[in-house]
Amino acid sequence: MYFESLSAALTMDGHGAFVWSAYAITAVVLVGMLVAPWRRQRRTLRQLTGLLKREAGQPPPRDRSREV
Amino acid sequence: MWTLFHKFGSPPWLYRLSGSILRWLLPLTLLALVAGAVWGLLFTPPDFRQGNSYRIIYIHVPAAVVALAGYYVMAIAGAISLIWRMKMADVAMRATAPVGAALTFVALVTGSIWGKPTWGTWWVWDARITSMLILLFLYLGVIALYEAYENKALAAKACAVLSLVGTVNIPIIYKSVDWWYSLHQPASIKFTGGTTIDPSMLYPLLWMIVAFYALFTCCLLLNMRAEILERESRTAWVRRLAAGE
Repeated sequence: MYFESLSAALTMDGHGAFVWSAYAITAVVLVGMLVAPWRRQRRTLRQLTGLLKREAGQPPPRDRSREV
Repeated sequence: MWTLFHKFGSPPWLYRLSGSILRWLLPLTLLALVAGAVWGLLFTPPDFRQGNSYRIIYIHVPAAVVALAGYYVMAIAGAISLIWRMKMADVAMRATAPVGAALTFVALVTGSIWGKPTWGTWWVWDARITSMLILLFLYLGVIALYEAYENKALAAKACAVLSLVGTVNIPIIYKSVDWWYSLHQPASIKFTGGTTIDPSMLYPLLWMIVAFYALFTCCLLLNMRAEILERESRTAWVRRLAAGE
């Protein structure tokens, strides 16, 4: 490791606040980039599962062709 | 060649393929990103002029490089969707936009944070920074334009045209640091020799660029899968997928 101690790595001779905040913001954005499509996919599948359950629970549609 | 082309046009095939790629690529990417960040933050020497603030380079440059490359992907997908009316190209174009926008945002924000201790200012209207801001607006423009249309076939066409027109911005971004000499430094890594960066900093930087490319691929595939499921929600294969969950 380049730094002698943990506190030296955190302060980075006065640049620590800039460097660590840049990395933190990036980490948050990258996690969001991965989680957003994953959640969207989950939502679609869950909605569809609910729809299929409702369809299965309903009685079959009446055959109206024989009613005159 | 044509069978491959047709396969790429098949949603269930693409959905399964992307799933099997993501299973190993996603954990590998996350590992590479964490390893690269630790390497850049803690195991590289400081820059002799900028001190430790330069460590932002390991996220700033990869984000900017991949944000630019992402625009090519979006524009090429847009062209394919315009010319061959290929639905999956349209899906790819739409999936690229949020990923590219997020990466451009990261490049701008980290650049701004890097600028404060190095240049003494958060922001300058320099050519490189301004053209990157335009890139962000182009990505956001494609997203907004798609949402603005009720007719999605028309939306895809408009977005493809916008992304193709926007490609004029890409060479401007590349060349901006050479054409307009300002605060932003010129490129340190060149393919044609004369790379002005020490190997101890070059290797972690290259590592992070590869990791960001992998991340871009993962996000693109994830977005495409979400989009495919939404579009195909009435088809039998998606219904089987939902029922089996």
